[in-house]
Amino acid sequence: MFSLIGYYSLVFGLLFSFLIVLLSIKNFRDKNILNDKIISLTFFQLFFVIMSFLGLIASFINSDFSNETVFNHSHTTKPLFYKISGTWGNHEGSLLLWLLVLTLFIFIFLLRSKDQTKQYRILTLLFQQIIIIGFFIFIIKTSNPFNYIFPVPKEGLGLNPILQDPALAIHPPILYLGYVGSSIIFSSTLAATSLGYISREWAKHIKKWVLVSWIFLTFGILLGSIWAYYELGWGGFWFWDPVENVSLMPWLALTTLFHCILVLEKRLILTSWVIILSISTFALSMCGTFLVRSGILNSVHTFANDPERGLFILIFLFCLIFLALFIFFFFHRVQNKDTNSFFWLSKETSILINNWFMMYFLSVVLIGTVYPIFLEVLSSEKISVGPPFYNKLIIPFLIPFLFAMAIGPKLKWIKSNLENKLFLIIFFIISLFLSISITRNLNSSFLINTVLIASAFYLFLITLRDFVINKFKNLSQTIAHFGFSLLILSILLNNIFSTEIITNLKIGETFRSEKFNINFEKIEQQNKQNFRSITGKFNIKNSNGTSEVLNPELRIYNQPNIVTSEADIKMNMFTDKFMTMNLVQNQEHFNIRYQVKPFMIWIWISVMLISFGGIITFFKKKYEK
Amino acid sequence: MKNKFFSASIIIIFIFIFFIFYKGLENSNIYTPKTNVKKNVPFFEAKLFDSSNKIKSEDIFNKNNFYLFNVWASWCIPCKDEHPFLMKLSENKNIELIGLNYKDSILNAKNFLKKYNNPYKTIIQDIDGTIGIEWGAYGVPETFIINNDKIIKRIIGPINETSFLEIKEIIK
Repeated sequence: MFSLIGYYSLVFGLLFSFLIVLLSIKNFRDKNILNDKIISLTFFQLFFVIMSFLGLIASFINSDFSNETVFNHSHTTKPLFYKISGTWGNHEGSLLLWLLVLTLFIFIFLLRSKDQTKQYRILTLLFQQIIIIGFFIFIIKTSNPFNYIFPVPKEGLGLNPILQDPALAIHPPILYLGYVGSSIIFSSTLAATSLGYISREWAKHIKKWVLVSWIFLTFGILLGSIWAYYELGWGGFWFWDPVENVSLMPWLALTTLFHCILVLEKRLILTSWVIILSISTFALSMCGTFLVRSGILNSVHTFANDPERGLFILIFLFCLIFLALFIFFFFHRVQNKDTNSFFWLSKETSILINNWFMMYFLSVVLIGTVYPIFLEVLSSEKISVGPPFYNKLIIPFLIPFLFAMAIGPKLKWIKSNLENKLFLIIFFIISLFLSISITRNLNSSFLINTVLIASAFYLFLITLRDFVINKFKNLSQTIAHFGFSLLILSILLNNIFSTEIITNLKIGETFRSEKFNINFEKIEQQNKQNFRSITGKFNIKNSNGTSEVLNPELRIYNQPNIVTSEADIKMNMFTDKFMTMNLVQNQEHFNIRYQVKPFMIWIWISVMLISFGGIITFFKKKYEK
Repeated sequence: MKNKFFSASIIIIFIFIFFIFYKGLENSNIYTPKTNVKKNVPFFEAKLFDSSNKIKSEDIFNKNNFYLFNVWASWCIPCKDEHPFLMKLSENKNIELIGLNYKDSILNAKNFLKKYNNPYKTIIQDIDGTIGIEWGAYGVPETFIINNDKIIKRIIGPINETSFLEIKEIIK
């Protein structure tokens, strides 16, 4: 019943797309003002997509197993919250969510762009409708969420238990808001390029959309990372897994784009940068969908593999890329060359330098992600690119990047002198001392760690000083940059000072080491709604006399039958104590992984600070100098 | 001129990328091992469970019959869930159940069978897990259906209602 409503709403939504396109083309030619009917049609389209989405949610809530998607991904014993989140936890539902956000954003765009010209609004709408139509056809043709099965099964196959988690339930929608927000930037850039409307006014107008996508993308990545930290049980927060990289690449492009737009708004330069970055942000988001959904990548995240789907997204993606390139090559003309000059010591030059660094990081991640695919196709050799590759190529370049980030904002637009040179030098010496005092006991790679920590401290101190001196001027930028320095610092310290113990223990046994003793006291078993839980009780006595109790958990899910391990994490401001337990072959022993990870919480806090900086900019009325 | 050359090369690069991705799609599905289906049963020699006698694989799979080769262990929790299905299948005359007791202690395994009943006609031991490797087993439990010396189906993970019905369909 709900499936039927959902399916027909989807078809209606597609019909409305064609109506909108027809009416827009007509309106583009003859009238001076935007026809109100277009806005109403866009609203109806949104309405039908919402109906369709609600139809799928209702099927999930009712456990309507005549729907193939529900049958494959749900189960009657699953808690209501996860039944609902199961709606977008699978391929079909997540695409429907993409579509929902696409139509929602273009509707909001039309409402919020009343001060822009008619041509520009209509063209943006048209480009967006091309994307929307592509997704409609993709969903209806290859991944219909409302396929009917007969005879109706009694019970569903269940949702992957590691996806049954609050952080992960909201992680995809938020990430998608970020991904799909970039579609508006893409359409709008194409419209503005073809109309020759890349200007300061346009920059001011599109900046909000860049910020919205950026904020959601940042939060989305943060949630995914937090989930990986406590659920996957490896004690890390970033694994350079292809699917993680796929979300990081649009973020890098978007961050660069945002800085370029600031320059564009001020000086009307870097227009080509802005256009190319807008196109690549969206292309990278789509590329991410392609890589994840087609199964072309070898990753722990790959869910449903279907080459036919992959082929569709691939062709669609490249059509969009070629369309964008065509518009860029034929319509974009660099105006007045004289404004294109840069003085070496100015804000825009430092932004440009950092852009090149960001592009470098982006290329490293891109190459690391797609190179294995290229190699396999060209020479049928399989390789996998892991953290050492990224660490080696990224970390050394972080040093100049951090310095440029510290000094750049101090400079003025167009031309400036470095003021407060004394301060800058004193701060550098202080950070070097701080860094050496931390790293002096290190045996390996002393030099690089010292310089790296020093540069992170440098940015840290300088932004800290900005808080004091500038008060609320440029607050958002200071917060974001401060957050970034904190992020790098906490990641570095976390990497250097983490300790890990992996051992097998029986109940009653004690593991002894210099720093702490781990005593495995007992286990408790409990039956929960859709899983059985085994909780271990571990007593940890530290050498300084303090003690802790950690209770890692094993969950044995009934449908599908999978064992997951829930880490127990004792968090405080300075260190995280992290423990997971796993079954081992000999029944009496459990495999224990105990980690002491300093400054873990600061990684999350700093990412929140970074996005908080974005939020402040979003609500700020006027851009400050 | 320079600009045209630039645009053309960009487009060529993208066409190249498209081609690579397109080819890449063909060798996807890394996780579904299709190659093992219809493969011959691997040759092995193993200890029998309840005696110290050795047995060769051709002595086990010698009839033109259906065999179910089940990798199990007493420490494996999902094995308990699939056990009722195995018990039901053991009543079926068309199929013979062979158990591979994987990296297990004999005592625990015997207790397990005492508690839940024994569905297997023959049980062989795999203390160091080498036979599991020969079969390309992913983990415990895992089930292979064998006919005419060929593996015709494999089930990774425990047998559930769906796979149980599929097995019944095959051996009908």
